[in-house]
Amino acid sequence: MDRLRIATVWLGGCSGCHMSFLDLDEFLIDLAGLVDLVYSPVIDVKEYPENVDVCLIEGAVCNRDNLEMLHTVRRRTKVLVSFGDCAVTGNVPAIRNQLGAGNDVNVLQCAYIANAQNNPRLPVADGIVPELLKRVKPLHEVVPVEVYLPGCPPSADRIKLLLERVLAGLPPALEGEQIRFG
Amino acid sequence: MAAKTLIIDGKQVSAQDDATILDAATDAGIKIPTLCHLGGVYDVGACRLCLVEVAGAKKLFSACTTRVAEGMEVHTDTERLRKYRRMTLELLFAERNHVCSVCVSNGKCELQTLAWQNGMEHVGYDYSFPRWGVDATHHLFGLDHNRCVLCQRCVRVCWHIEGAGTKNVAGRGARSAIIDDLKQPWGDSETCTSCGKCVLACPTGALFNKGSTVGEMSRDLNKLEYIVNARLKKQWIALE
Amino acid sequence: MIIDDLDAIAEAERSSAKKTVIRCCMAAGCMSSHSEAVKTSLEKIVRDSGLSERIEVRGVGCMRLCCQGPLVGVDPDGIIYEKVTPEDAPAVIIATQGGEANVKRGDPTHPFYTKQLSIVLANSGLIDPERIESYIAVDGYRALHAVLREMTPNDVVESAIKSGLRGRGGAGYSTGLKWATVAKTPAAQKYVVCNADEGDPGAFMDRSVLESDPHSVLEGMAIAAYAVGANQGYIYVRAEYPLAIKRLQIAIKQARQTGLLGSGIFESPFSFTVDIRIGAGAYVCGEETALMASIEGRRGTPRPRPPFPAESGLWGCPTLINNVETFANIPVIIRKGAEWFASIGTGLSKGTKVFALAGKIENTGLIEVPMGTPLRQIVEEMGGGAPGGVKIKAVQTGGPSGGCIPASELDTPVDYESLTRLGSIMGSGGMIVMDESTRMPEIARFFMEFCMDESCGKCIPCRTGTVQMHRLLDKIVRREATPEDLAKLEELCDMVARTSLCGLGQNAPNPILSTLRFFRNEYLELLQAQPDGKPAPAGANAT
Repeated sequence: MDRLRIATVWLGGCSGCHMSFLDLDEFLIDLAGLVDLVYSPVIDVKEYPENVDVCLIEGAVCNRDNLEMLHTVRRRTKVLVSFGDCAVTGNVPAIRNQLGAGNDVNVLQCAYIANAQNNPRLPVADGIVPELLKRVKPLHEVVPVEVYLPGCPPSADRIKLLLERVLAGLPPALEGEQIRFG
Repeated sequence: MAAKTLIIDGKQVSAQDDATILDAATDAGIKIPTLCHLGGVYDVGACRLCLVEVAGAKKLFSACTTRVAEGMEVHTDTERLRKYRRMTLELLFAERNHVCSVCVSNGKCELQTLAWQNGMEHVGYDYSFPRWGVDATHHLFGLDHNRCVLCQRCVRVCWHIEGAGTKNVAGRGARSAIIDDLKQPWGDSETCTSCGKCVLACPTGALFNKGSTVGEMSRDLNKLEYIVNARLKKQWIALE
Repeated sequence: MIIDDLDAIAEAERSSAKKTVIRCCMAAGCMSSHSEAVKTSLEKIVRDSGLSERIEVRGVGCMRLCCQGPLVGVDPDGIIYEKVTPEDAPAVIIATQGGEANVKRGDPTHPFYTKQLSIVLANSGLIDPERIESYIAVDGYRALHAVLREMTPNDVVESAIKSGLRGRGGAGYSTGLKWATVAKTPAAQKYVVCNADEGDPGAFMDRSVLESDPHSVLEGMAIAAYAVGANQGYIYVRAEYPLAIKRLQIAIKQARQTGLLGSGIFESPFSFTVDIRIGAGAYVCGEETALMASIEGRRGTPRPRPPFPAESGLWGCPTLINNVETFANIPVIIRKGAEWFASIGTGLSKGTKVFALAGKIENTGLIEVPMGTPLRQIVEEMGGGAPGGVKIKAVQTGGPSGGCIPASELDTPVDYESLTRLGSIMGSGGMIVMDESTRMPEIARFFMEFCMDESCGKCIPCRTGTVQMHRLLDKIVRREATPEDLAKLEELCDMVARTSLCGLGQNAPNPILSTLRFFRNEYLELLQAQPDGKPAPAGANAT
């Protein structure tokens, strides 16, 4: 049987979920023997490849870049895993939604002008700094998602459990306290 | 007092005739999910999580407010009930801003626990992201409306255990909110005795001790029951 | 007060009757089109032209055809004038002395009038609601006398049961059985409550009864109180009905002064007082447990039943709650007999029902018809169909808790069972007619917005489920929804209906369910193509 092609993607999140992924420690070595990691922030591949079997996506959909990436991933991937609370619920990045209309402008103002120590100005660079979306969304509000892996971050054990089920060809659903938020 | 016998989830159970289905199930070791129920104060049947099926009846009954009856056959864990419970929880999570990761009650929250216990790994409804404030005017406690589920446990302990009558509910529908006195800042309340029972009673991180940070709020619900037992049953010393 | 006093009042009233009576509608509908100025003007001309001995200008209650108001009736000529202005007054007066007034004439032979059968509205538009003598002159309070002097409480309950009367507030529970339960519950203190918290959009039956004939409601309450053993009554009426409140206050005061309320009524041991409680505008307070909480001075939110109010109601005492129209039926049932009442209507739905016709219909107003009257007769024959000859598409009954009945079902007889079979309810009697231009998903969204705003916020399914249902309906109307969204909506309809605490939540999905049942295509046409580009399949709705 072909080796599973696995990817991880980092959208609007703090990278904590990926840190937790790295916390898999020696299981990472087992994993490397069983699957091909074809795309990830921890490997140097620029373009999301075709025919990915499983993709773990960290982070909420916050900007245009995230949005395009998510659609690309969806098109090229069999099983999407919402990886961590930001991907599953919007979590902290989505708190700005509470500010209602104009929250995208508001947070930029707050971060780059109001609270700037020196040289207050908005970062503008067409094609480089992506535009913020009007509303931060969890993945499943944008594309269909097959598996949910909540946690902030999901513990390495939780990630391992999920990957083991995937590798064993079992339905990758978690249950009990393994699906606890936070 | 006469006893009634009934069947809960196929198990023969006997209960006092003024017991609720929830009392009877709890005594028999059958766990029915609850959120607005709080031992020691009267029940209001608001959260609808404890709904159960009773054989022969079309409607569902809230276990916390329905009295047992002789020969009653109760089902607490059917597929339909599980689906409704999960939907109820999803609706709650989508209603206000429940961000577990930054909540004082993370890991000790009844809502968070109910969610995983009832298989809720994501919320299928669009989040509302309403704008609610935090009342931090009280010198000891805070009230974060973002995390409130409107179970009214704080209102009931305030009126019926402490007898202060500070907390109440104002507004209607999704705009309902817990208020102090006549919708004043909590810190300005003249009736609040700062007893902290409301904080003990809160199932989520909505009411908290000031100064507690993520995951630091723990509550000892036994304290409330202890006070109630002391008053009603004259049990002044905690019994083993 | 004894029966002779009652007779004396009636006799004095009848003998002082003048040759001509000009009736001016002084109910809220006509008053909003300035009927008060019309009445003042008529009175002035009668006075100035020295006709006071021959003509009485009488303010009366609702004369039914609200859309043509202000309405003025002239007896004994049997003339109805429509859209009367103060300037028309001289012509109206001159016409009473012979001749023809150049004022718009109504047609008393129109089916709108002739197909009505008035029990509840029998006095409406005829008597002066602000004078108790006017009510006594048409046999008012005779039923109360008969009950107190000739019947045991049990006889009265039996009569109510035998009449087959069912609650006119919505649910249609047998009135007699409800009375029997309260009567049988032993207690030192019991209460009778009149639910006048009419809140359905487009419904104004109860308001009209209170404005037109308040004493019939008081008499009905007193009879009920005697039957169940209560001595205190409350009328819970919404603050939005200031005229109804005013007329009730006048009626209660006059009844008390006349000795028809208070202690030892008709020199019997029976005492009964009535107080008004004014609601603060919450729709949910029409739900009986919320209504009681509000009367007690607490936040108006429902509580689980049982216990039912009949066992444990106001302040924990057995309490009888009936609606305005239900009480208004009682004096007539006592006077004319339960058998007579039971001979009207259909198998399980006896008597008449008052409906408020509103929406896209020619003759907007109030009608009272026997139970079992086909819907088509009501909206087409009596109501005159939709304006401009447009086809009627559906009729909405039962308000936000009811449903839409499609034109194809117009031959349905209007009774409790038939409407329930069509996924609607009798409700309190609001009837909103919709023509071909109406888009049903928008109607569903309108009613869901109403339920969402009026949810009390106590139970989760109603408080948050209505928000999500409204959001999904809005998405559908804006053509942004997918078949999955429709499936989600239907799932929520089921969940909210089954798990909500009170009737408001349990019935909130009805407008969606009934429009989906009869107009599903209108929803499907608004759905977006699926994400993969395929158009929405016809059966995409099934989950």
